[in-house]
Amino acid sequence: MTVFNRVESHRKAEDAVYDKTILAGDGWIHELKPGQVLRIVDLEGNQAADTLFYDADNPEDHYSAIATIARQENIYLTAGTTLLTESGKELLTIVADTCGRHDTLGGACSAQSNTVRYAHDKLHMHNCRDTFMLQLAQSDDERYLKRDLAPNINFFMNVPVTPEGGLTFEDGVSSPGAYVEMTAHIRTIVLISNCPQLNNPCNAYNPTPVRVLIWNE
Amino acid sequence: MTALWRSTIAGGGKWSGTVGRGKRITFTALEDGANLSLLMYHAHDPSERYNMPDTLKAQHTSHLTTGNVLMSDNGRVLASIVQDSTGWNDPIGGYTTKEQTDRKYGVTTYQEKRNERYRNGRDNFSVELVRSGLSVRDLMPPLNLFAKVYCDENGRMHHVPGHCKKGDAVSLRTELDLLLIVSNTPNPFDKRTGYPSVPVQIEVSAAEPVSLSDDACVNHCSENRRAFENTWAYHALRG
Repeated sequence: MTVFNRVESHRKAEDAVYDKTILAGDGWIHELKPGQVLRIVDLEGNQAADTLFYDADNPEDHYSAIATIARQENIYLTAGTTLLTESGKELLTIVADTCGRHDTLGGACSAQSNTVRYAHDKLHMHNCRDTFMLQLAQSDDERYLKRDLAPNINFFMNVPVTPEGGLTFEDGVSSPGAYVEMTAHIRTIVLISNCPQLNNPCNAYNPTPVRVLIWNE
Repeated sequence: MTALWRSTIAGGGKWSGTVGRGKRITFTALEDGANLSLLMYHAHDPSERYNMPDTLKAQHTSHLTTGNVLMSDNGRVLASIVQDSTGWNDPIGGYTTKEQTDRKYGVTTYQEKRNERYRNGRDNFSVELVRSGLSVRDLMPPLNLFAKVYCDENGRMHHVPGHCKKGDAVSLRTELDLLLIVSNTPNPFDKRTGYPSVPVQIEVSAAEPVSLSDDACVNHCSENRRAFENTWAYHALRG
């Protein structure tokens, strides 16, 4: 039996100091202060929130999928998981999660990977890595470049891996209103692409908005 | 095929170099239990590099063997796995750090052990990245040759002991000019308590020309074919 670890939060939306909806296909970049809590809500279910984190004081140190999964010896993220940078620094810890499992291996779609995975004529389609790069281009912070786009987290996405070495994209394991909540340990930059992918069931072929809430503790 | 160059990477050792396209690089484990970690970048633009997620999801796999290709983040093929006697190379286990190495195998210092000290993947990669004008910000998930790490249905990761035998060999064919960085350091998931130290031979020769009709990597799946088409388009434009 596959285990989904679901933990609810006591935090109330009305107490949040920040509340924003990221529309389908849009991006978001924001800084968290130490101790702040970020919640990402999958408003309509089945959406994938492609997310990267950076140490804001040391931006060359990005979220590391392999450091994170190696620490816990498990490829899925859920409540209790601490997200690490490439240097092993603790960025955030997931403190609540009503979805129960999040993907670390699937990465972000791009124009180029869409040509590989689906067809050459998909090159024009909206994709997560373009969203990431547009956010970096529009931010005042010129320290971030394409080389800083490491493999990201796909919150709410279902990418099962089998003991025989297979990997598939499946319909989501999330549901309307499911959320994941994490506390920042250090000053952290959050970069989100709310996935516009229309070629696979990561968002049930229908990209929908996600909501981000921040509390001071 | 006549070797253009051959070298042996001692246990704990490292190496980096540019290998032009159309070469065959054969890695051979000289004892049981090898693990060789590879980072790969496009030599002419290192911001294009081996991308673990793109490689795995395009080929619907969480392990890499003969017929698989190593894709860049730009939808192109950096290198193809044209031969592999192990059946499974590990793209998710990552590389060791100094802290992990000290904790697992004991603290060793140059002052005490000289060149017998235990090296780690992060330090080895760091040196070779800086040598090429890059830095630790360019660290990405490596490919671990000769190692098998699988996930059970709950996502827990398991290293398979005894996977690599003496004489096991993996051959890559370069499809772009490649900056290759290697670290001969243990797989982080290897449960052995003694520091594994297995020399690996690297031999580079000219690759056989790609036969479009029956090449195992080009024809492995339609995704691979399209990634090759993107790569050939790059070469056609560059001239």
